[in-house]
Amino acid sequence: MEATNIHDPEYFHKVVDCQYACPAHTPVPEYIRLIAAERYTDAYMINWESNVFPGILGRTCDRPCEPACRRGRVEEEPVAICRLKRVAADNKDEVMHLMPTIPQEKNGKKIALIGGGPASLTVARDLAPLGYEIHLYDEWYKGGGMMRTQIPAFRLPESVLDEEVGYILNMGIHTHFNHYVSSMKEVLDMDYDAIFVGTGAPKGRDLHLPGREEGAANIHIGIEFLANVAFEHTNKIGRKVIVLGGGNTAMDCCRTSRRLGGDEVKVVVRSPFEDMKASPWEIQDAIREDIPIKNNMPPKEFVVENGHLKGIIFEKVRAEYDANGRRSLVSTGEPDEFIEADDVIIAIGQDNAFPWVERDLGIEFGKWDIPVLNKKTFQSTLPKVFFGGDAAFGPENIITAVAHGHQAAISIDLFCQGKDLVQDRPAPMTNLVNQKMGIHEWSYDSFVTVDERFLVPHADKVVSLQNRKVEVELGFDASTAFKEAQRCLNCDVQTVFETNKCIECDACVDICPTACITFTVNGEEADLRTRLSAPANNTSQDLYVSEILPTGRVMIKDEDVCLHCGLCAERCPTAAWDMHKYLYQVTKACKVW
Amino acid sequence: MTYIKPKFRHPLLQKNEVGYTKSDYEGAISTLCGGCGHDSISAGIVQACYEINLEPHRLAKLSGIGCSSKTPAYFLSNSHGFNSVHGRMPSVATGANMANRELIYLGVSGDGDSASIGMGQFVHVIRRNLNMLYIVMNNGCYGLTKGQHSATADAGSTSKEGVTNPFQAIDLVSLALELGATYVARSFSGDKSQLVPLIKAGLAHSGFALIDVVSPCVTFNNKPDSTKSYDYVRHHLEATSTIDFVPIKKAIEVEYDTERAVRLHDGSYLQLHKLAPNWDPTDRISAVNRLDEARKQGQILTGLLYVDPESKDIHTLEKTTARPLNTLREVDLCPGAEVLEGINGRFR
Repeated sequence: MEATNIHDPEYFHKVVDCQYACPAHTPVPEYIRLIAAERYTDAYMINWESNVFPGILGRTCDRPCEPACRRGRVEEEPVAICRLKRVAADNKDEVMHLMPTIPQEKNGKKIALIGGGPASLTVARDLAPLGYEIHLYDEWYKGGGMMRTQIPAFRLPESVLDEEVGYILNMGIHTHFNHYVSSMKEVLDMDYDAIFVGTGAPKGRDLHLPGREEGAANIHIGIEFLANVAFEHTNKIGRKVIVLGGGNTAMDCCRTSRRLGGDEVKVVVRSPFEDMKASPWEIQDAIREDIPIKNNMPPKEFVVENGHLKGIIFEKVRAEYDANGRRSLVSTGEPDEFIEADDVIIAIGQDNAFPWVERDLGIEFGKWDIPVLNKKTFQSTLPKVFFGGDAAFGPENIITAVAHGHQAAISIDLFCQGKDLVQDRPAPMTNLVNQKMGIHEWSYDSFVTVDERFLVPHADKVVSLQNRKVEVELGFDASTAFKEAQRCLNCDVQTVFETNKCIECDACVDICPTACITFTVNGEEADLRTRLSAPANNTSQDLYVSEILPTGRVMIKDEDVCLHCGLCAERCPTAAWDMHKYLYQVTKACKVW
Repeated sequence: MTYIKPKFRHPLLQKNEVGYTKSDYEGAISTLCGGCGHDSISAGIVQACYEINLEPHRLAKLSGIGCSSKTPAYFLSNSHGFNSVHGRMPSVATGANMANRELIYLGVSGDGDSASIGMGQFVHVIRRNLNMLYIVMNNGCYGLTKGQHSATADAGSTSKEGVTNPFQAIDLVSLALELGATYVARSFSGDKSQLVPLIKAGLAHSGFALIDVVSPCVTFNNKPDSTKSYDYVRHHLEATSTIDFVPIKKAIEVEYDTERAVRLHDGSYLQLHKLAPNWDPTDRISAVNRLDEARKQGQILTGLLYVDPESKDIHTLEKTTARPLNTLREVDLCPGAEVLEGINGRFR
């Protein structure tokens, strides 16, 4: 293998698994250390710079960071990253004075943002400090988009949402609420320099089965139901409820139903439990609220008698997988099952919808009616129009929308300055700094605790089921947060190897608790992976390869289960190994903190 | 300040045939200087014991005083151990071995502990062919007292202070050969591929096994003009052969017709490859000659130097009881008047 180029900003970035997995690349270990140090405000601002909605995401994020967390590869459970983020948001001091000042004098450019969700708000936050005049359009009477309409209050209190949406709207954003944009042409005809579309995936999928029309009064679409509850248009539901679907929306629908009078709420999913799309913790929360989940049962027919919905007939299937892992649901031959229901909620997915974008404006649409975009710049085929969030490539999640927003903001800023959107894109900010303080002393807490993941306390079930606005998860207290923060392995403190200092004494090989380091003759990667001190089967993790050493061998470090304990550097007599903290930040349209 | 070895180990660590992972053979975290050759030897011992499926409780580790003699704290924390008086480890090992021949004895010593204060004990334990593996962690200096030249420092070698050693070195392997040691090897802490099979064979050998391991003192004796520095040793290394240790269980499956193999007393084999010319591992004279030749050429000869597969250890020579003393009951020790009559009868 060729020697690893650690000057490639992506090499060490990849070692910080959580940050690499985060669509917005939030510097996770950096803020976790600040939480341990009780510097909650600083931890909040690092988050705010990167993901814009720390309080909201600390409760609702899909947490792509957690399955990636290295801790999950050396023990059972990853660090509770998301819940730690919430600790920063809950315990911070006043932060308004830390936020960027908005210039009184504008730069003369006007931007329209269609949709008031996380993607548009991110674009607004990144561009407002640069003096852009920003106009935000949303059909609802408040900003927040799907964070307000689709996430129930028992998961995300309105006060948290209002606060973080407010930080952005207070940047002098011109809001046009209760304003449904029904024509892109009209917007184009106004004098905007650029238009950003962040309208999400607003169309809930329906299920066209016999009885659908007859039972329509008691058959609801998941995201519409949640929006109606959020805006208090709906405040009760039948006693017996069936929720169809296995995603997070289904989980929110069933738990909301429990709070609106549904005391026999069931989730019925056509596929096996293991294939459910909902986050494991959301499934757990639903089960905790006495909601049974029935799997392998596709619905066949809505049973309606005398104009009243009676229930659904389900087929019984099992999943079979072919050689390519493709699943097919095969009937088991068992008799169909009828389940009674007063109300049914269909939560089987959602789609983009652009009925308001005229198709003769030069904005091309491709497969599944999704706009044709440059994947890096988010620019559509009409140069001044950009898309982001769920509107760009289909339904994802809040943190992805934020990441899109940052990139779209950069593109809009470059576009308004007449620069090239690809060539002139800024590189990420990186910084690599030695952490040595003295003998046995590093500027980070290198000790690796064996504590298992701490559980987060919940509100009393009886109380929370009576009031849909009572938040269920209560968040860590300061001392539990500290202990959970200590579980972080500080993967951003990198083991940096300097070939020319190494005397090949083997001290690092001998001390490494997880047998990451090997000195051997070089070879092809597949061959090398069979010759290391310990099995190196995880090919998603890189091998760090040195230059050729005086004995003709190379140093090879398997990054997979390195604990970043610093012992290799501690035992190295020549400081050929050293611990350097690597900070990687996605460059934003402007510096906000 | 933290200097604690994390509890986590590689999740895919394999268990050996007796159900232990390599981490079960570890000891406390080393407090020697980072980069000390002794730590590599400790790691070599851990690896060897893991690979030969040794149950840790079957081994006793013994040492004297010095940096080297601290190391038993850093490996095999589930084995028996005795940290004795300076230079007196062979006496304690002899006592322990005489009392319980069923344990495997591993002595760890240094150049000061063996070649100076303990020289008298060293030569006598060889003479008696005590069944043990005796590892000398040889760095040519007194690391624990700021790096003065030791008795194994080569004439002309320079220490960190810049003092050049005027005296001849004691070569422990030559001495051991002269005294009739039955397994003699030399190795280098920086070459585990050679050291580990030598340790395995040394543990399997019946009788006294010496491995003199050149182990650089990274703090006081790793200067370019020291003959025991990493660089010097690497540049002057010459090996008698490369070695594989074949344990008893596997030995029956392997054929030996092409290359030289030495069958040890317990049925295991040492498989040798790329043998040096004019050298026969079972011929003591050829080993002495080969060492002399290497010395003349300024080489440090490593690898297996000599092995006597017919070695008879002290228990055989002394016709001692086959059982450990702690298993002998009154009925064994006082077999009764009738047996005494029989014995007395032989002298009438």
